[in-house]
Amino acid sequence: MLTAIIALTLLALILGLLLGFASVKFKVEGDPIVEQIDKLLPQTQCGQCSFAGCRPYAEAIAAGEVDINRCPPGGESTIQALADLLDVEPKPLDEECGIEKPKMLAVIDEERCIGCTLCIQACPVDAILGAAKHMHTVIADECTGCELCVEPCPVDCIDMVEMAQNPNTWRWPDPSHLQLERGGQA
Amino acid sequence: MNQPLGDFPGGLKLRGHKKRSTQTPIRKTPLARQLILPLQQHIGAAAMPVVEVGDKVLKGQRIARADGHVSVCLHAPSSGTVVAIDEQPIPHPSGLSAPCITIETDGEDQWIERHPVENYRDISPHEIRQIIRDAGIVGLGGAGFPSFIKLNPGVHHTVETLLLNGAECEPYISCDDMLMRERADGILDGVEIMQHALRAREVILAIEDNKPLAISSMKLALAARPHLSETRIVVIPTRYPTGGEKQIIQVVTGKEVPSNGLPIDIGIVSHNMGTAYAVGRAINHGEPLISRIVTVTGTDVTHAGNFETLFGTPISELLAFAETRREPDEPFILGGPMMGFNLSGDNLPVTKTANCILVGVDDAAEKTEALPCIRCGDCASVCPASLLPQQLYWHSRAKDFDQTRDYNLFDCIECGCCDYVCPSKIPLVSYFRFAKTEIMNQERERKKSDLARERFETRQARMEREQREKEERQRQRKAALAASKAKKEKEAAADTTAADDKEN
Repeated sequence: MLTAIIALTLLALILGLLLGFASVKFKVEGDPIVEQIDKLLPQTQCGQCSFAGCRPYAEAIAAGEVDINRCPPGGESTIQALADLLDVEPKPLDEECGIEKPKMLAVIDEERCIGCTLCIQACPVDAILGAAKHMHTVIADECTGCELCVEPCPVDCIDMVEMAQNPNTWRWPDPSHLQLERGGQA
Repeated sequence: MNQPLGDFPGGLKLRGHKKRSTQTPIRKTPLARQLILPLQQHIGAAAMPVVEVGDKVLKGQRIARADGHVSVCLHAPSSGTVVAIDEQPIPHPSGLSAPCITIETDGEDQWIERHPVENYRDISPHEIRQIIRDAGIVGLGGAGFPSFIKLNPGVHHTVETLLLNGAECEPYISCDDMLMRERADGILDGVEIMQHALRAREVILAIEDNKPLAISSMKLALAARPHLSETRIVVIPTRYPTGGEKQIIQVVTGKEVPSNGLPIDIGIVSHNMGTAYAVGRAINHGEPLISRIVTVTGTDVTHAGNFETLFGTPISELLAFAETRREPDEPFILGGPMMGFNLSGDNLPVTKTANCILVGVDDAAEKTEALPCIRCGDCASVCPASLLPQQLYWHSRAKDFDQTRDYNLFDCIECGCCDYVCPSKIPLVSYFRFAKTEIMNQERERKKSDLARERFETRQARMEREQREKEERQRQRKAALAASKAKKEKEAAADTTAADDKEN
């Protein structure tokens, strides 16, 4: 009887210590699901989802407050990825937020720029370079195509252009589509 | 021990079709009026131009420098004037344009001063690599990877075997065959230098048994160099795709390069015969890489053969020299019938990776609609990388790219054996190429979004900090104001009391 009690107490102590150690050692920082959702979002920080950036939207999705179909830059593929992650049915993109467009790039017409810095303040990723009363320019590699700089420009010198493909970013076409096209013609 | 030690799974016995292009010696393509030189003819970063429009350049003069580590220089293939630095159509399956330097030749073909190395043994492997990099040498087998990187084993590896790949397994192509027949000595010059740079213990020249003339010519040249005691020729059976890097290593040494690994991980470095020749020219003659041997062949070519062609020569001029029955702008194949791709457009230039131009294929398969996969498994049995093309096909088609990765899509060498045997004529390799570029694109976008997130968060943090600092300044100013006010009041109070005291 006594040995049984001692044995069980010891066991409980050891396991308790083990669990305690594990909870300290493998502590989960923050909410991992928010991180995971945030990773899937395109990080344009455009606010078309009505949240102030991708992370707040990720937090809202994680809290179950909004649908997963409010991200036009991510489009179909992001919705699919989110649906897979959260194990819910994918939905078509909410058209209230916008429509899926090809990847865009902001281009400043440098002749017309008056150097007002308003676009610099609007850019969520610091992709516009310039100073007051000096010409501004977009760092093409950093631009996410969020269009937030277009609105504030007083002289309307920022254009959104479709990102041109080059041989390094070119993708082979989907053969199943090619076949469909050929089938359609025949 | 001049027998191959191993074998690779799968593969095909294909008809060689090489006779047509090996009846005549290598000929020089006449100098073209304009040479179009893409800044990126290699794997890695595009070269940066160091000339301007209007500059006079000499043959062999550097016109673009390497930009970053994985990059090589580019040289003027002939003397003339730079007439444009702009986007031009390049020989790429996309048909897109890329930055090119266009040189109008003056016909004098005047060399810049060359600096040959007297004796390569007097200079260090590092210096050799530097010269090779400056000479713009890339792998001439087809991929175009900068050679100086492959000649650098690094501090963690020792090179047991330097393998010279003379398999040239793809039908029709014969540029390495002809090079070995005619310039065996030049190849061995390069091989010696490569061995010195890598400090490789032994050298194996692997040649397929359907090239008896190349084998005998190499044997003869090797016999004249008794000091090369650790160099030997291994004759390997003709089978497609023996020329694949991993396949030839498996055949010659019996060792398998691990998935996601490099040959250097198992102590082997492999180079193409043409690359060895280019290395020899660069070190012993001070000549940068400005030309290569291109096979022009096919059923529609009258004078098929191999042509030493300056880079930038429009393919149409090369085809005109070889005389073809091709209509203007009719598509042709760049590369072999198995791995090459269709191109059209007459002004596309010959680049460092252009090994063969094929106009018209014997017994070409008729273009038919792909039928459903019947799961016969033929594709898996011919796959030289031991993959499951069928599974890869399903998942690529369903755009289930994570699954394709689990099935080792990136080990696929796109040899086309599966396409060749598929009874349903499914374009399997097209699906794999599609899936590969889609995955690479996703990867690029993920990197970009990570960068955007980082920049956004940094900006957010900066704005918060600025806000805090502003508040802090305001608080301090208020405090200072309050303090000075209090002080003034105190003084005023003191003044009044002093005045009061006086009055009293």
